[in-house]
Amino acid sequence: MTSEYEFTAKDIVEKPEILMSGHRACAGCGPATALRLVLKAVRGPTIITHATGCMEVVSTIYPYTAWKVPWIHTAFENVAANASGIEAALKVLRRKGRIKDEHVDVIAFAGDGGTFDIGIQALSGAVERGHDFLYVLYDNEAYMNTGIQRSGGTPHGAATTTSPAGSVIPGKPEYKKPIADIMVAHGMPYVATASPYYWKDLITKARKGIEVDGPAFLHVIAPCPRGWRYDTDKTIEISRLVVENCIFPLWEAIDGEYQLTEPSQAIALNPQKKKPVREYLQMQGRFRHLFTPKFEKVIDEIQRITDKRWQRLLKKCEMAQTA
Amino acid sequence: MEVAKQKVLALNGDEAVAYAVKQSDVDVVSAYPITPQTIIVERFSEYVANGEVDTEFICVESEHSALSACLTASATGARVFTATASAGLALMHEILYVTSGCRAPVVMAVVNRALSAPINIHCDHSDSMVERDCSWIQLYAENSQEVYDSIIQAFRIAENPEISLPVMVGLDGFSLSHTLENVQVLPDDVVRKFVGTRQFPFIKGHEGKTVPFKLDPENPLSMGPLDLYDYYFEHKRQQEEAMQKAPKVIQQVHDEYAQTSGRRYGNGLIERYNLEDAEIAAVCLGSTAGTVKTVVDELRAEGVKAGLLRIRTFRPLPVEEIIKALENVKAVAVMDRSLSFGGYGGAVFHEIRHILYDAHIHPYVVNYIYGLGGRDTPRNLIHKIYQDLQKILQTRRVEKPVKFIGLRE
Repeated sequence: MTSEYEFTAKDIVEKPEILMSGHRACAGCGPATALRLVLKAVRGPTIITHATGCMEVVSTIYPYTAWKVPWIHTAFENVAANASGIEAALKVLRRKGRIKDEHVDVIAFAGDGGTFDIGIQALSGAVERGHDFLYVLYDNEAYMNTGIQRSGGTPHGAATTTSPAGSVIPGKPEYKKPIADIMVAHGMPYVATASPYYWKDLITKARKGIEVDGPAFLHVIAPCPRGWRYDTDKTIEISRLVVENCIFPLWEAIDGEYQLTEPSQAIALNPQKKKPVREYLQMQGRFRHLFTPKFEKVIDEIQRITDKRWQRLLKKCEMAQTA
Repeated sequence: MEVAKQKVLALNGDEAVAYAVKQSDVDVVSAYPITPQTIIVERFSEYVANGEVDTEFICVESEHSALSACLTASATGARVFTATASAGLALMHEILYVTSGCRAPVVMAVVNRALSAPINIHCDHSDSMVERDCSWIQLYAENSQEVYDSIIQAFRIAENPEISLPVMVGLDGFSLSHTLENVQVLPDDVVRKFVGTRQFPFIKGHEGKTVPFKLDPENPLSMGPLDLYDYYFEHKRQQEEAMQKAPKVIQQVHDEYAQTSGRRYGNGLIERYNLEDAEIAAVCLGSTAGTVKTVVDELRAEGVKAGLLRIRTFRPLPVEEIIKALENVKAVAVMDRSLSFGGYGGAVFHEIRHILYDAHIHPYVVNYIYGLGGRDTPRNLIHKIYQDLQKILQTRRVEKPVKFIGLRE
């Protein structure tokens, strides 16, 4: 199943855009970059379905659309069910000779709200049924479209409009749901994490997800300048740091077998390379309240949970001995 | 056209649905089990398992996903079907609007059942009545024969490019869904020819080409975009215009079907039963009409000028037809098998009284709430309703316009 396709910068530049310019994403939008990169991996005829969310809203407004391929949005919580319907229809219509006899890929896009929270039931069901589609989670770690409310994907300690940094409670008390691990536990053939900074890796993983026979899940970290409170030119830098400090390590699980991807593997082999979380947190206004004597211990807690999850991942990758 | 040779099968309402779907060359069925709809999905699963249909059957994890998958399968160009009841329909609520808004011609059987709480598995019309404003065409069947016939007709109505709206066919839980009847079925090839292949409206896409309205890699369209105050209102108006075109199409499909099956249900919109010279009449929908017809016969034998108006098509509401049907009636009892809590009577009552306001005919119109949660509605209750109407005519007085009937007071 693995893609032998090597993406070069030239390939990427020359490949026609599917998400056209003119859409209304914010400057420095991580999700827009993530989607554009995923779409560079498209291999042929493709239908896209989109959960309600930032990218759905910014990429269409009647009578305009940024999409060069067939695209449908129906609601917030059902994008995986939508993908199921498209895939089933394509299969039967092709079998009956009612559409062209060629394979059409199906890609579903959803944000963290549409995946960790309201969409997890439909996602779980679609994956259990084994539909052949790629699900791309662009994770900007809160409900950004509605004005920065916390989701199951928001990290511990982050301030959002529904987990504000109060004088008593320092941002979100709960921890980020390990969504990609939950998807691996479904026994699906392909799960991976990716970051826009590592663009080649992101495109390659998207392509693998498209090529795999059955459901594939790609979790892309997608920083949001508005919600994370940083300058718009820092999106790519933050996308790199979040991997380097192991808050968001890069890995793949092929048929449930975890394997670290190169940048994270290098850290596993050489733990001195692992950056502390502090620099990353300090760059973002959503963690500003943690840099006060009253709440500084939350930074230690974020470091502790990051280390714990990293160690757990290393075990899954059977790399614990080198960590 | 000649009436086709038909065989008689012993089917309950659910089986009649499954059999009709089996014959209608459906591409995708996506459904979730709920009492009293389960027999539909069970039978259909057997057809799939035995290779009797060429259909993708998606056994989803909820009704919300059932309709979501139907919607996009339909948008991709498939003929689709689903079935549900009660809480399942309520869970679909959000996607009912999205389906009609996306103009996806989904066909759904709704096996009418009470809504919780308290939980109750038996028939009333609370589930589909609450969805009457969601831009789905609503047909209500009187018996399993009509269920079978209506499902087949529904595909032709929904997929008519002038309409392109979803259709729900209501059948009463248990009294139809689980009750064995003799059902005449058409030969497979006759049904297949009748339903034909899916037709598409042609629209001007964003790239300027006129293309079939579906998700097609060769003619990309964006469906379900953000649509704000500058266009949303026009789109809703177009939906309503399609609804207003539906009565004609429903009648045409009904007439064409009658030619090959030999069966008619009034004019496809309403059924008049002894209404021509009726002084008193009941209005109802669903299986209750069968009981009411028996009572009308009994009253006629006694010389009472009683009649019945059965509404087969509740959405779109056949306004002119209803006015004409009730033109000479002096007192009308509207029977509602659902409640509009805090309102003035039930949903059907609202419509009938409202229509007659403009009609320059003003019969007495009273409302009976009956049969909630599967409460039996025997002949003596219907007799009571007609007696009330007679009393109203004698006294020229309505004591209580909205009454509950057949329950502990």
